[in-house]
Amino acid sequence: MIHVIIAESRKLRRPTLLFSTMAITVVLSGLFTSLLFLLINSKDGNGKRGQMISPASLSLPNGVVTGFTSTATLLGIVALCIFAAQTAQEYTFGTLRNLLVRQPSRMKILGGKYISMIIFAIVMDVLSLIISVIASYALAGHAHVTTVLWNSGAGYREIGHAFLNVLITTLGFGTLGMILGLALRSPISSIAIGVIWVLIVENLLALAVKKSGPWLPGYLISNVAEGGSVDISYQRGLFLGGAYLLVGGAIVSYLFKKRDVSN
Amino acid sequence: MNSAAISVSDLTKVYGERPALSHANFEVPMGTVCGFVGPNGSGKTTTIRMLLGLIAPTGGTGSVLGHNISHPEKYLPQVGAMIEGPAFYPALSGRENLNVLASLGGFPTSRVQGLLDQVGLGDRGSGKFKTYSLGMKQRLGIAAALLPQPKLLVLDEPTNGLDPSGIQEVRNLIKDLASDGTTVFVSSHLLSELEMISEYLVMLRLGKVIFSGRTQDLLAAQQPILVAKPEYEFDLGKLFEIAKSSGHTVTLVDGQLHIVSDPNWAPALNRLAFEAGVTLASLTPVFPTLEETFFEMTGE
Ligand SMILES: Nc1ncnc2c1ncn2[C@@H]1O[C@H](COP(=O)(O)OP(=O)(O)OP(=O)(O)O)[C@@H](O)[C@H]1O
Ligand SMILES: [Mg+2]
Repeated sequence: MIHVIIAESRKLRRPTLLFSTMAITVVLSGLFTSLLFLLINSKDGNGKRGQMISPASLSLPNGVVTGFTSTATLLGIVALCIFAAQTAQEYTFGTLRNLLVRQPSRMKILGGKYISMIIFAIVMDVLSLIISVIASYALAGHAHVTTVLWNSGAGYREIGHAFLNVLITTLGFGTLGMILGLALRSPISSIAIGVIWVLIVENLLALAVKKSGPWLPGYLISNVAEGGSVDISYQRGLFLGGAYLLVGGAIVSYLFKKRDVSN
Repeated sequence: MNSAAISVSDLTKVYGERPALSHANFEVPMGTVCGFVGPNGSGKTTTIRMLLGLIAPTGGTGSVLGHNISHPEKYLPQVGAMIEGPAFYPALSGRENLNVLASLGGFPTSRVQGLLDQVGLGDRGSGKFKTYSLGMKQRLGIAAALLPQPKLLVLDEPTNGLDPSGIQEVRNLIKDLASDGTTVFVSSHLLSELEMISEYLVMLRLGKVIFSGRTQDLLAAQQPILVAKPEYEFDLGKLFEIAKSSGHTVTLVDGQLHIVSDPNWAPALNRLAFEAGVTLASLTPVFPTLEETFFEMTGE
């Protein structure tokens, strides 16, 4: 499996892919965190979906990562695109046959690919966390937010929790992307379907069908990053979201193992 | 252990209703070059994919380097393959594409530059794959197939898109590998090329094996002919009668007679013609080429 991971990392560290993803990560984290502090007290809200987050609540220990956690869904979307593209492109380029001749164990190919992309996602999230925390400290004064509690043991624990939760969300969306990539075998369709589903269809469904929110995979996965919400508990997000991915993952892994490779 | 590099028995692949390969039986002896021929859609690529564990047979079995094809992990580390054209990551350089496969197979990446040199891409290795010409892509595919220093090399139409000197290079490469003991199983539509390099042949038609064995035996089964041309055209009739009355099948093609006969009969024909007052402008024994045999056998 280690051979697969090394081989995959050669594709992931291609400069255009690596730098553009990291640039997007920097911009998203910087932007979301900055808006949180710059738009404080604005009547249109400074948080997600027009929420108002006050200087007092940002001064709590978790204030240091509020910007970071609000970036999670978009980091997840970026991961979804990368996981989907890196998987489905093997079919469209016809390179899967080369991979399988050099490593006939299809599960090792899949596992190695997954692990290499997990590493990629971790790098992405670490970068996002760093940018977001730096921006938070830089803008706290401007927003009249005190950072005393950020600098406490509780503050550091919040950073740890937030990182873990955002990582789970990022990987959840990435896994969704990989599932779509394996199922559809086309980068364009898997990315389009994944992104449209998560950003548009689920929101429409949540509006149209009452109480559907706690059943929608994207909602569930996003919810983990926030550490749970009023509608969906943290555990529900983790376990139901995880169950969806497990079932989807099992089905596509089986298909990947059994399906003829004829392109 | 079996002395065959490839051996298949009753190997079958059915897509929907249509058999792409039907009850194929053949063997490729170790250490030989074996040509794999057949018209478009006759099942060559399908066979190769099954040998490499990429698609599952509908029926039958096979073995490669002594291992059953249901366990490709046992033999693929010693097999190099290029299947149906080169496929690489367009945004990676040729060198990095080979590095990916080297890492994956656990081969040292230090082999890569040597392979690029070997296929004539030595100074273009850092160019992106998508900027390569058709022939360069094909060469990279061949380099990738050579990566494991294979005991068995499987090439599906390796000369596609190559210029005449490229075709010659591939021919020489295959000859060199074969003389070092590598078994080469190569499909191609360039029959004159295959005839030059393959000791063995497997011929498919509509998913069925219609010949497998020594190339020599296939060609020997076809009758050679004598092509005779009299000095004066008005002697054609006389010459025709001479050959026919000696019990040979004769046809007139473009002012020359094609006489189905053993080439050893040429001196006798010459004498008979001379005695009848006919001088021959030329008398040439012609052995059937693989191409003619192919047309004959596949009915194409
Ligand atoms: N994935 C597939 N699904 C359905 N039919 C297929 C598939 N792959 C191949 N076939 C069919 O199997 C038959 C054999 O195809 P194959 O590619 O093996 O031929 P080939 O001998 O390699 O031909 P060519 O010389 O054109 O490369 C064809 O009729 C083809 O349409
Ligand atoms: Mg083919």
